[in-house]
Amino acid sequence: MNRPIRVLSLVVFVLFLALMANLTYAQVARQTVLNERPENRRVTDARFAQDRGPIMVGNIPIAQSVPVKDHFKFQREYPNPALYAPITGFYSYYYGSTGLEASQSPYLSGATDQQVLEQLIRAAAGQAPRGAKVETTISAKAQKAAWDGLAGRKGAVVALDYHTGAVKALVSSPSFDPSLLATHDLKASQAAWEQLNKAAEKPLANRATREIYAPGSTFKLITAAAALETGYAADSQIDSSRYRLPNSDKVITGSCGGSKVSLSHALQVSCNPGFARLGAELGAQTLQEQAEAFGFGKRWLPEIGSAASRFPTGIDAAQTAMSAIGEYEVAATPLQMAMVAAAIANDGVVMEPYLVNRILRDDLSVISEATPSQASIAVSSTTAAQLRQMMVGVVESGTGQRAKISGVEVGGKTGTAVTDRVRTPYAWFVAYAKEYGVAVAVFIEDANVSASEVAGGRVSAPVAKAVLEALK
Amino acid sequence: MIVYRKRRGSEAVMLLFAIALAIGGYLATHLNIDQALPHEWPWALGILFALAGVAHLVVRIRIPYADPMILPIVMLLNGIGLAMIHRLDLGTNPVMHSGELQLMWTSVAVFVFCVVLIILPDYTILNRYTYLFFLAGIGLLLLPLLPVIGSEKHGSRIWIQLGNYSFQPAEIAKIVLAIAFASYLVEKREVLAKAGSRVLGIELPRPRDLGPILIMWLASLAVLVLQKDLGTSLLFFGLFVVMLYVATERGFWPIFGGLLFGLGAVVSYPLFSHLQTRVSAWLDPFSNYDQNYQVIQAQFGIAWGGLFGTGWGLGRPNLIPIAKSDFIAAAIGEELGVTGLIAIILLYGILVARGLRAALGSNEPFGKLLAAGLSLIFALQVFTIVGGVTRLLPLTGLTTPFMSQGGSSLVANWAMTALLLVITHHSRRPSGKASDPQASLASDTTQVITVS
Repeated sequence: MNRPIRVLSLVVFVLFLALMANLTYAQVARQTVLNERPENRRVTDARFAQDRGPIMVGNIPIAQSVPVKDHFKFQREYPNPALYAPITGFYSYYYGSTGLEASQSPYLSGATDQQVLEQLIRAAAGQAPRGAKVETTISAKAQKAAWDGLAGRKGAVVALDYHTGAVKALVSSPSFDPSLLATHDLKASQAAWEQLNKAAEKPLANRATREIYAPGSTFKLITAAAALETGYAADSQIDSSRYRLPNSDKVITGSCGGSKVSLSHALQVSCNPGFARLGAELGAQTLQEQAEAFGFGKRWLPEIGSAASRFPTGIDAAQTAMSAIGEYEVAATPLQMAMVAAAIANDGVVMEPYLVNRILRDDLSVISEATPSQASIAVSSTTAAQLRQMMVGVVESGTGQRAKISGVEVGGKTGTAVTDRVRTPYAWFVAYAKEYGVAVAVFIEDANVSASEVAGGRVSAPVAKAVLEALK
Repeated sequence: MIVYRKRRGSEAVMLLFAIALAIGGYLATHLNIDQALPHEWPWALGILFALAGVAHLVVRIRIPYADPMILPIVMLLNGIGLAMIHRLDLGTNPVMHSGELQLMWTSVAVFVFCVVLIILPDYTILNRYTYLFFLAGIGLLLLPLLPVIGSEKHGSRIWIQLGNYSFQPAEIAKIVLAIAFASYLVEKREVLAKAGSRVLGIELPRPRDLGPILIMWLASLAVLVLQKDLGTSLLFFGLFVVMLYVATERGFWPIFGGLLFGLGAVVSYPLFSHLQTRVSAWLDPFSNYDQNYQVIQAQFGIAWGGLFGTGWGLGRPNLIPIAKSDFIAAAIGEELGVTGLIAIILLYGILVARGLRAALGSNEPFGKLLAAGLSLIFALQVFTIVGGVTRLLPLTGLTTPFMSQGGSSLVANWAMTALLLVITHHSRRPSGKASDPQASLASDTTQVITVS
């Protein structure tokens, strides 16, 4: 019986060899493919379990990873959740991430080329990889002032350093708590996700950058800019009598202080018939080009993503007239309207807005630092100066008197967009403060006042003032 | 003539290594998960040490010439299995206690091991009750089909349930049938080896001698069809065919067995959806993620472990459903890496090699056949289950000997180990009445002669 036993031994040897060869082959040939499968929880979990770097406002973290005793090892925390949610976004297991958590993820997780050496050194010392610190441009004080100013009302505030384009405040209200989505209790995160998506208040919507609204009379700044660029002057007299829209029964009225007023005065009192007629005269093409020179049609702030503001195309004279006063299908983000005020304050130069100031390693050495860059030139510096003068008039003796700060040159423009007869109007206010170098846009979606021209001035201007003062 | 040394001292040292490795895995798990040693670790060490010590002493007294490699390998596999089951317990919330239960079963298994050594110093008595063993084996195999006590788990009806205790009788049937086959074939091998006509250079047996293999074939098909247990069916049929081949030295039998197996596979494949599921899970697991979840998770685990593994307690083997029993090889692959899993496969390889060596060394046919049969059971189980987990073959539900969770399998495997050791003792023992063996010439130190 020895010969069959020897044959059997040989067969068993081959079988075991096949086991080991297959295992080795599988590891060489399939490992990468398997690790890249989207269903592979080990890989997604490991990614979720990274010690991510913090997101900072000044010296205060607004998102940070703290060690916990579960298999994800680190829990993402948001110390001031609702206030900063539109900036940080969330970092969740099932729903991916948004905001800076998404756009800065390579830095936060330590996966960029600039961080390779550091991670190698840490690995050699037996330490887990750690991500970089992302320092935002936000001012905690201004952010707080904006949040308190909105006081829970639906709306948004964006403040910009108009010399550089740095975002100093970015608030969207109502907001949400990103911790609810970042929790390791995955069932709870699912429940929170459903609830946040169902909520009538739309807390996940970023009203500051990702939603567009009719800008109302704040758009008159763009119409005025287009007029000044095409030969008008601040004291040019314009026809401010009641205006019947071309080929339409609709008549636009408004008390503008006479049937002929200066352009400057028309802006000061936010004269609807004057600007509608002016817009129709200038034409859709001119208005659109002017709006685009201010940044309409582009998606700004890729760090958190934004919607492009819109000036409608292919419109007739009546629609052009309505568009010139910020109605019809004109729609803008609060960010865009802050950029309009900023460009006027910055001698007509539109600076590219940015939200991340620096990215730092653990030892505070700099991985990358923002450099302000010019996006476009919206108007000439003379036009800008005239517009500023007109905006100062609005605050000194027009509709925006509530934004007045003594001893400071503040220029502004109110806006009240009536979307329909039933809803309360949108209340806008855009402004700049020369001494502080800041421009701001305040947008309140449900201003609890009647649909009158003064809504923007009454409701939004005080918020703008508070934000400007916080940035002095 | 070769005179073997007892080598009991080497066995004792290797046992210590085995315990150290198993306890090492256990402690590393706790250090990696809790950053602290468990309070009860001296107990775990003490129990393993006591079990190994008792087994060693019984071997030393009852069968001093037994192969010295087999017991340490079995102890090591058992210990690593215990550590891994405990590690998987820690990964559940709330923490489970199947590791403690498995340790209890290990104690029972070692007890059975000792009992076998004490009551069966001469295994040849087993040769006397051929048909009794045969009936008992078939009875055990079909026991789960009985109403009330038979129960179905994970789609296979291979369990009997008595109150809170469940048992897999097929595990015991393995030994009983191996003994039955061995004694039957020793008796009939001359007849079965008789040549009939010759076709294509192969000597065919006489048609009437085809009876036994056909009966075993039908019994295996019955297990496959009625209990839906591909692994057990394959194991018993393969065992019988190979033992038939070893007994008769006729190449016809494995070829004929292979054809019968092929026929069975071709006929039953379209009829049984669970066979089709297994094959599709093998060829393309991602074609149905939910259905092949277990196989896919095992692949993910092994890939995640890479060459050297994540380390004890640092992987995610709990993501693999029932990792403690059928898929313990995947958990090993994840945390100890491909390197660790290959080391385990090599341990099984050495175990089987020592068993087959015992078969070659045995000087009487029953011992030869039984040792070959027992070794083959280990080899087939390891090959099919590890091959299934690593996608070399379609998955069949078999336990990984000594490592998988489950008392029946553990007790049966230790009993088989005891039988193997008894056979090695008999073949290595100096023949005649020589009470004091001479030292082997082979192990003398080589004389170095300097040539000037």
